Amino acid sequence: MIFGSRRRRDALKNVHAERDTFTGRAVAAVLFCMVCIVLLVMRLVDLQVVEHAYFSTRADENRMRVTPVAPVRGLIYDRNGTVLAQNQPAFVLEITPEQVKDMDALLARLARIVTISEADIERFKDRARKTPRYRGVPLRNNLSMEEVARYEIRRHEFPGVEVTAGLSRNYPLSTSAAHVVGYVGGITEEELQKVEERAYQGINQIGKVGVERSQEDELRGAPGAKIIEANAYGRPLRELDYRRGYPGRNAYLSLDAKVQLVAEEALGELNGAVVALDPRNGEVIALVSKPGFDPHYFVEGISSADYKTLLNDPSRPLFNRALQGTYPPGSTIKPAMALSGLEFNAVDSQHREFCRGQMSLPGSSRKYRCWKRSGHGWVDMHTAVMRSCDIYFYQLAMTLGIDRMHEAMTGFGLGHLTGIDLPLEKAGVYPSREWKQRTRRENWYPGETLSVGIGQGYTNVTPLQLAQMTARIAMRGLGFVPHVLHSTEDPITKEVRTIESESLPKVVLKNESDWETVISAMQDVVHTQSGTAYRIGRDAPYRIAAKTGTAQVVGLKQDEAAPKEHEIPLRFRDHALFIAFAPAEAPTIAVAVIAEHGSHGGSTAGPVARKVMDQYLLGKVLYDEPAPITVPAPTPRPRATPGPTESTE
Amino acid sequence: MIADLLHSGRKRKPEPGISDWLTAWHIDLPLLFLLVAVASIGLVVQYSASGHSMDAVWSQTQRIALGLFAMFAVAQAPPDVYRAVAPWAYALTCVLLVLVLVLGDTAKGAQRWLDFGVLRFQPSELMKLAMPMTAAAFLHHRRLPPSLFTIGLTLIIIGLPAGLIIDQPDLGTALLVLTSGGFALFFAGLQWRWILGSLGAAAAAAPLLWERLHDYQRQRILTLLDPESDPLGTGYHITQSKIAIGSGGIFGKGWMHGTQANLDFLPEAHTDFIFAVFAEEMGLLSVLLLLTLYMAIVGRCLWIALRAQDTFQRLLCGSLALTFFIYVFINVGMVIGLLPVVGVPLPLVSYGGTSAVSLLACFGMMMSVHTHRKLLTK
Repeated sequence: MIFGSRRRRDALKNVHAERDTFTGRAVAAVLFCMVCIVLLVMRLVDLQVVEHAYFSTRADENRMRVTPVAPVRGLIYDRNGTVLAQNQPAFVLEITPEQVKDMDALLARLARIVTISEADIERFKDRARKTPRYRGVPLRNNLSMEEVARYEIRRHEFPGVEVTAGLSRNYPLSTSAAHVVGYVGGITEEELQKVEERAYQGINQIGKVGVERSQEDELRGAPGAKIIEANAYGRPLRELDYRRGYPGRNAYLSLDAKVQLVAEEALGELNGAVVALDPRNGEVIALVSKPGFDPHYFVEGISSADYKTLLNDPSRPLFNRALQGTYPPGSTIKPAMALSGLEFNAVDSQHREFCRGQMSLPGSSRKYRCWKRSGHGWVDMHTAVMRSCDIYFYQLAMTLGIDRMHEAMTGFGLGHLTGIDLPLEKAGVYPSREWKQRTRRENWYPGETLSVGIGQGYTNVTPLQLAQMTARIAMRGLGFVPHVLHSTEDPITKEVRTIESESLPKVVLKNESDWETVISAMQDVVHTQSGTAYRIGRDAPYRIAAKTGTAQVVGLKQDEAAPKEHEIPLRFRDHALFIAFAPAEAPTIAVAVIAEHGSHGGSTAGPVARKVMDQYLLGKVLYDEPAPITVPAPTPRPRATPGPTESTE
Repeated sequence: MIADLLHSGRKRKPEPGISDWLTAWHIDLPLLFLLVAVASIGLVVQYSASGHSMDAVWSQTQRIALGLFAMFAVAQAPPDVYRAVAPWAYALTCVLLVLVLVLGDTAKGAQRWLDFGVLRFQPSELMKLAMPMTAAAFLHHRRLPPSLFTIGLTLIIIGLPAGLIIDQPDLGTALLVLTSGGFALFFAGLQWRWILGSLGAAAAAAPLLWERLHDYQRQRILTLLDPESDPLGTGYHITQSKIAIGSGGIFGKGWMHGTQANLDFLPEAHTDFIFAVFAEEMGLLSVLLLLTLYMAIVGRCLWIALRAQDTFQRLLCGSLALTFFIYVFINVGMVIGLLPVVGVPLPLVSYGGTSAVSLLACFGMMMSVHTHRKLLTK
């Protein structure tokens, strides 16, 4: 056997030699180990000393996750410091899917203590699919205190469910100022492509309409960052660093919340719009579009059912009538028409026309009637404005011609964008030969000039344009771009940036004293018994200059279905218009009111303007309603087109 | 009785001291101290590497305790017993290795385990013990330096189990078994020309061996050359390990503060890659201390070998000492990216049962060698 002792003799014989050999080999082994150890140490020194900084960075990159933090959005105030948009603490119910074994059972149990709609669940599941499982997914926003309390008592029963506090945009004036303040909502994919993505890191809401949209860049602020330590699976473990974002600038609007509320309330049941401007600088004091809507629906993420209801509401609450609604201005343009005649020296203030109650153009049998069938007799400019004589303005329109009318009236701000700092403004139309040729490919007919002369025909203007026109008359020709933003303020440094008013080219009359002719006529509209709105000026401690107007709503577009019989009286009721400014001698407020289907400018739109001016100038509403306005609730109406011109009051 | 013999030869002492007591129980104090020191460091690192699990530390402590018990037990028998037992241990282990191939458990794609119900272990681990014993015992009887015939026979003895282990496949252990046998041959006085010649032959045969390697084994070698080429696959281990070690710096990030290990970036943190955890948290200075401890163990073992009284003992101790060193070298080399990733644990520190017990049993044999010396006249 090879392990046997047959060779023991030999082995014994070599004992000393073998030991010496072994000693030699042991030395070699030690040397070998030394070489190996030196290799290891060299490599370790290389890693831990020479490249230490590099590997430290690599280790930090491994574990640190930078999570953007949304900045606090700037607040919106009115001119008196009343809050129009703020950030309120809101409780959000979040579920971390990873920690839930049976999601459906959990949702069912949760629904017993917290209101959860089908839409909430649908949205939650959709989001949960797109989020890592260890991250919380919101199920419900804006929990009520009761709901939070109910959850807190039983929270141990809901592992993986958490209530977190965040900020939610809140609008104290709610419906009353929704159109002007606007709202924020979730950023859509489409919007995200238009904006600079860096600026929106961590931010999931964006201004959608109103000031929230137009001042988005000021209000937004700069996102901060949270540095989170995460493990190899990306699970966040703890916060290492928190860099606050820079809060957005606060926006101070020229809007006066009290005036806004008074205007909204004064419209009563009527739909319509009220725009009040400070004529001295173009600042918007009130901008109402009725009906309004609750902006909070959009902040929380409106359900498609609610959105459909709003969209299909026949009174179109989402439609901002003040900026987007275009109406025939009717007689409200007569003061500006008179001034246009003076501007082009087509008439002087003494010029007279005889009103027989009707007239016709040479070579035509068509009758053009004054609203007063019996006629006004001899009327000069003052009387024509005060009593709103149509015949005088037909004649003036004939004298001026449509092109000069177009030039002068657009100079007053009609038929083009005012450039207000709010989104989605409509331009409206103040027609001209060129306009008709361009849009309809038709020649201009002289009869059309007459219609346009009394604010009918193709004329379609926004309430904002009417207010701007009124402000310009009030300022005796001076004009400004209307704007709702007064200033912005850095919430940290308190540095204030005031918006400069932008003035427009002045309307110059040959004889500057003629301004007073027209303005005194406008005062007589409300301050003398023969004026068309005598009641409006009653008991006013300040002088008002005003003009009434009625826009007929007659005729339907060819392609529209015939209305049901019983609806006709309602839908064809005239729009009531009213423009005014005060105090007449040194105006500080100019107002334009449109009350849809409000019949008579003096009786429905006038009181609204008066109340607005009372509130603004006196700080309280002095005006006493002579008789309650009773108007049936608005009903569906097809989009009306201005009908044949016959009369205005 | 043997203790008495030893005692009588020494200078007379007035009373039996602690060293006498240790000698009587066949314990080599310096070696025991070094082993316990390394194992303690291991337990401390284990706590951090296993994600602050006291359970892991406790179970590792039990294994170390079992290993130390095995070491004491092994140390009690005189070395001649192991020389006599060696062929039988060798034969038995070979049978077990064959059994593994036939009916072993599969773990991580390789058949390495034998399950006896109560006991579940890797026979290849046993071969790490049996191989140096057998090679030393065989060479003990041969005329040295070995003749060509002796060399041939030794190579067959070494090659048979190594081949069986390669088939499992477990390249790492096979190489270690090969080396431990090879070291016995080396200490026996294998001529340098054969050593250099075989190294040259190995280099020449490398391409052939390459062909025989499994894909994952090749990948490990390729990854070593360029770990960043596959940062999420095979290279991930090495990359993360280098980041851990490098970011540790000179003083380390502090115990339990290693981000790479504690945040799970480092794979196999408490087993094969535990050295990276140690280097990250304790830094270069502590790493040098640990390497020094390892070197001291190797040194003590070689010293024991030098003072051993016959060829079997010398070859056994020398071979075990160098094999132990190779363990350390391969593990550290792998973790710092000098060597390919092979499944070799860091001795006494990595989590794992069979390895700690078999390793400490080896040291038991060395203590046996050292404490059973008979006083011979020169």
